[in-house]
Amino acid sequence: MTEAVTALRTTPLHARHRASGARMTPFAGWDMPVEYTGITQEHMAVRTAAGVFDVSHMGQIEVAGKAALAAVQRISCNDASRLELGRAQYSGLLSPEGTFLDDLVVYRLGPSHFMLVVNAANVAADYAWIAEQAAAVGDVAVVDSSSRYALIAIQGPAALDTLQPLTGAHLGGVPYYGFTYGEVANARALISRTGYTGEDGFEIFVPPNTADKVWQALLQSGADQGVIPCGLGARDTLRLEAGMRLHGQDIDATTTPLEAGLGWIVGWKKPSFIGSEALAAQKQAGTTRHLVGFELTDRGIARHGHAIVHNGAPVGLVTSGTQTPFLKKAVGMAYVPRELSAVGTALEIDIRGRTTPGVVTPLPFYKRPAS
Amino acid sequence: MAYPVDRRYSKDHEWIRLSADVAEVGITDFAQQQLGDVVFVDLPAAGAAVTAGAAFGTIESVKAVSELFAPMSGTILEVNAALKDHPEYVNSAPHDTWMVRVRVSDPASVESLLDAAQYEALLT
Repeated sequence: MTEAVTALRTTPLHARHRASGARMTPFAGWDMPVEYTGITQEHMAVRTAAGVFDVSHMGQIEVAGKAALAAVQRISCNDASRLELGRAQYSGLLSPEGTFLDDLVVYRLGPSHFMLVVNAANVAADYAWIAEQAAAVGDVAVVDSSSRYALIAIQGPAALDTLQPLTGAHLGGVPYYGFTYGEVANARALISRTGYTGEDGFEIFVPPNTADKVWQALLQSGADQGVIPCGLGARDTLRLEAGMRLHGQDIDATTTPLEAGLGWIVGWKKPSFIGSEALAAQKQAGTTRHLVGFELTDRGIARHGHAIVHNGAPVGLVTSGTQTPFLKKAVGMAYVPRELSAVGTALEIDIRGRTTPGVVTPLPFYKRPAS
Repeated sequence: MAYPVDRRYSKDHEWIRLSADVAEVGITDFAQQQLGDVVFVDLPAAGAAVTAGAAFGTIESVKAVSELFAPMSGTILEVNAALKDHPEYVNSAPHDTWMVRVRVSDPASVESLLDAAQYEALLT
């Protein structure tokens, strides 16, 4: 039986990307820009000026109603009761085994209204899971409102100066992981001080039919500061350099927050949530493996899937790896046995049959300078 | 872009500039565009043998690893040391950046590779 070819989905900025000469690629069922002027140039622009990203393919799931907080507390591992209005937090959607169904950012839009921003590849599955689990909690509505939002990120030291002229919202007053409502280039917007690059920056949620004018306005505003459009290629090298995990590579349904070095997103003090018993047991027993950062100490580049070798035997796997444009080092993340996870431990990576030496380093590889 | 006529081309998007029995080998402008930003070039040492059609090294961009296929058989005489610290030369000057110099076993085999017009026809 032949499979029907499903057309790729497109964001409201698709025509703009094509017109700009972006190299496109299928990603999570969407036709997305990988690069415009080149991954290296785009990566460096974000580290030194700012870059503008179309991330409209990501999903937004809203949870509202009397039991909204209780429902979010149940399905999300971080403690949402700590969120004031206008605040967001990074969290995990965990399975009963305590493993990552997805990672996400939880926004508190109102006392009984939350928005969960989830990965593009998982929107349908996340929605079905959340709706099912929330129904068991109580009086709550779960809506997939992804089609109501286009999402544009501007990231880099020049992000605030580029965005401020376009909005009446006072951006300097928005704390990291806080958000506000306002207008951007006359488009109704939710502006959050979040991102996936390790730089200061904003993610701007706007109605889809305003996305193109917002995109153009940002690039125009930042033109003389060197602000350029950036694609998924640079998005990946930036987040890796900043030590941020990618669901589907560094974290997935076989790994827990404890193994992934994300214990800080677990709300140990809140009432039991999906996965909490499994995590408590793992905390008690201790993890057997751990996600570490590493860098190569000889020529080569480690890639996803390469084996970590110790005393001649394969002991782990590289989950993400590249040569990062800013630090100009071959770095990566890998799961290794707990005994090998201390910073400074010597490792070997099997790169297409050649054993290449490396060393465990702290994460992140890059931290933006204090402003 | 007009491909230089002073050399031959392979269907694996390499250019070969032959002088007597020594060939310089690099990759074409088309190849570097497809690759994106080159960050690492892995080449064998001088003295290594290369066999026509077989992979002799890899060229890595930020996103991907590609194999380099030898357009002819011979022995590596020299590797371009500049590529160790400046792999980006492959992007900025693909037709001026040789990767290896090879003593070719059968110079006539190079003559039977594609000329500039034939290579350009491949790309359309």
